[in-house]
Amino acid sequence: MGKVTGLTGNEAIAYAVKQCNVDVVAAYPITPQTIMVEVISEYVYNGEIDAEYVCVESEHSALSACIGASLTGARVFTATASQGLALMHEILYVASGLRCPIVMGVANRALSAPLNIHGDHSDMMGSRDCGWIQIYAESPQEAYDWIIQAFKIAEDHRVLLPVSVNIDGFILSHSMERVEILEDGDVSKFLPPRKPFITIDPTKPITVGALCLPDYYFEVKFQQIQALKESFNVIREVNAEYETLAERKYGFLETYAMDDAEAAIICLGSTAGTAKAVAMDLRSKGKKVGVIKPWVYRPFPEEELIKAVGDVKAIAVLDRACSFGAPFNALCSDIIATLYRHGKDLRVFNCLYGLGGRDITPNDLKIIFEEALEVAKTGKVKEYVKYVGVRE
Amino acid sequence: MSEKKLGWKSLSIGGYLLEPGSAMKYKTGDWRAFKPVIDQKKCINCLLCWIYCPDSAIIRLEKYVEVNYDYCKGCGICANECPVKCITMVEEER
Repeated sequence: MGKVTGLTGNEAIAYAVKQCNVDVVAAYPITPQTIMVEVISEYVYNGEIDAEYVCVESEHSALSACIGASLTGARVFTATASQGLALMHEILYVASGLRCPIVMGVANRALSAPLNIHGDHSDMMGSRDCGWIQIYAESPQEAYDWIIQAFKIAEDHRVLLPVSVNIDGFILSHSMERVEILEDGDVSKFLPPRKPFITIDPTKPITVGALCLPDYYFEVKFQQIQALKESFNVIREVNAEYETLAERKYGFLETYAMDDAEAAIICLGSTAGTAKAVAMDLRSKGKKVGVIKPWVYRPFPEEELIKAVGDVKAIAVLDRACSFGAPFNALCSDIIATLYRHGKDLRVFNCLYGLGGRDITPNDLKIIFEEALEVAKTGKVKEYVKYVGVRE
Repeated sequence: MSEKKLGWKSLSIGGYLLEPGSAMKYKTGDWRAFKPVIDQKKCINCLLCWIYCPDSAIIRLEKYVEVNYDYCKGCGICANECPVKCITMVEEER
């Protein structure tokens, strides 16, 4: 077994990247992710990892450099947040379209304007259709564990897609917590060197990123759709193998106190920790509430969600990014679509919260749980989209 | 031009082209809406069409020229430049 240490979310990701023996890191610093790449650059400088650290002038270039490196067969990591991820937007689609198994750490942060450096999910949700596998961690421990699994999932030839591992800016990126780390050798055994399906090689010329007109583009995109479907099995396998190694169980989502729950909160990332604590408190008062926390947001785990929902009568879905003008925000839309598709008729309402890093308190969550219980009892939703704590 | 197109299972992953020079295999002739038809009796073999053709789709023969319909996109430059007006643009039937 490994040892116990104290790491912030950024440091936990950097440490995992080091143990994954990456070959190339190209990244541009941006709050609140900066420390992630700072620590990795130190590892490279100190010779702790045999990797090329490419200093670039922007995130657009960072991810472009990563794609080039990935095509040579290298194991590649990058990291970003907020405006940086927005600047990468164009290249996110190139990375997934060219099937580059890049892993990226994202310290989620609000998007301008107004300028704000704190945590919400606007950045990744703004790029949620980019064809990447998207994972949200609740703690530095989860971020560490998912990074190691992410490389294995991404590089599997049934998948060959980039993966983003998301941590809430500041709340996770800058908070030090207890993290159990594995032995270097165990990680190397779990994650052997990458075996690329093809590499760019001057002696065997190939064309990558050729023009693809209406007669072929759709088929190439359909390959990506299939790869994301395939990734379900791969993620399952990798989770199982990781569990035997680390004795920590991962899956598409985590459920808490859901067995006989009447009402539930569904949310991503660190908020789930607070929600679980509040649920525990309400449970002690005899209130049947539970929490569902999707780890994997793309591909969206429909079957697992339906299983997790069970016989719950009302769900409050918490979104930390605004889908302006949409009937519901992103996570809630996916939940409702999934319930509809599986013929589940239960009451759902959406809570938009925590924009620009505004705290969500145990009391906020208690109120949401109580409203969900009320909806479960009456079968009537009073307000489909709530804006938690916004002032008039 | 109506060769069977590959489906997603047979296409190389990510649309990679795994052999060099494969652009030759892409028959751009099926983009054509109008095809140039040469009246070879009128052709004086001046080769202006051969010089102007942006797709190198004019084939030089001893006494006259022919069109390589695999690659001719039907732009009509040849017909426009022909000094004896022996090239007519005829609408493709599909």
